[in-house]
Amino acid sequence: MTQSEFLNVVMPFKDKLYRLAKRLLVSSEEAEDATQEILMKLWSNNKSIGKYKNVEAFAMTMTKNFCLDRLKSKQSSNLKLVHSNYHDGATSLQRQVEAKDSVSWVERIMEDLPEQQKMVLQLRDVEEYDYDEIAKLLEMKPTAVRVTLSRARKAVREKLLEKHRYGIG
Amino acid sequence: MESVNIEKLLEKYFEATTTAAEEKQLKEYFTQGDVAPHLEQYAPMFSYFSVAKEERSTRQVSLKTRRYIYQWVSVAAVAVIALGVFFGRDYQEQKEAEFAYLETRKALTLLAANLDRGTEKVAYLNEFEEAKQKIYKNN
Repeated sequence: MTQSEFLNVVMPFKDKLYRLAKRLLVSSEEAEDATQEILMKLWSNNKSIGKYKNVEAFAMTMTKNFCLDRLKSKQSSNLKLVHSNYHDGATSLQRQVEAKDSVSWVERIMEDLPEQQKMVLQLRDVEEYDYDEIAKLLEMKPTAVRVTLSRARKAVREKLLEKHRYGIG
Repeated sequence: MESVNIEKLLEKYFEATTTAAEEKQLKEYFTQGDVAPHLEQYAPMFSYFSVAKEERSTRQVSLKTRRYIYQWVSVAAVAVIALGVFFGRDYQEQKEAEFAYLETRKALTLLAANLDRGTEKVAYLNEFEEAKQKIYKNN
């Protein structure tokens, strides 16, 4: 497989990898690094890439494992300090931000979810994968996926309602 | 769309029993802007999901480059170590030679000093000889 063929295979889902990585690692820099790393890994064994039935699913699983490893490793113990991609509300007019803000609440709420819930929510509600695919990607049972998804959605709802009631927390 | 239907869908949604089509319906309802007031609190969730899907990775994919850099780093490291060992040994030898030279010099100086003292003593002997000659001449 040549480099351009490889890119043709990989480019359609590159952003999905990035978004999943960012969901887990929060920092967009870290997520870019992770995406790059995954693509490099895929490229380095590109001879066997034809063997995988679904390269995208394979890459997503790789991303998941890679990011979870990153989170586990000591290297990332100061990761939380790194991310700088919050919108700085102070610089713009409050009024302008307000509409966007309630949307970015959801982003922050999702940051606090457990990894498993984050991933399920990301894959289902953002990327719109179906349950079987998610189960395969995350190496979970389909029923477990549903349970986790329901919990994640309810957790987001609860936090969101809290904010809604008390204003910006 | 009547909100009763949406409420039902929401209920199913939170139990994670909605189909993809139903979820799409929910997303459409909550992002089109005209949301029933009592359901408004759910809107940020669905609009966030749509926003999140638009996020793109901005970095260009570069294949190879990094790998090569690492390879060359290892080559450079080996070269540095090899040179270090090579020149390090040279330096060591030079040091040893210098030390040996200094030691030899010290030994030779010691020898020279003792020799000087020896000749001084021999000077006394000369005195004795002269005195002896005087006595011989007088007799």
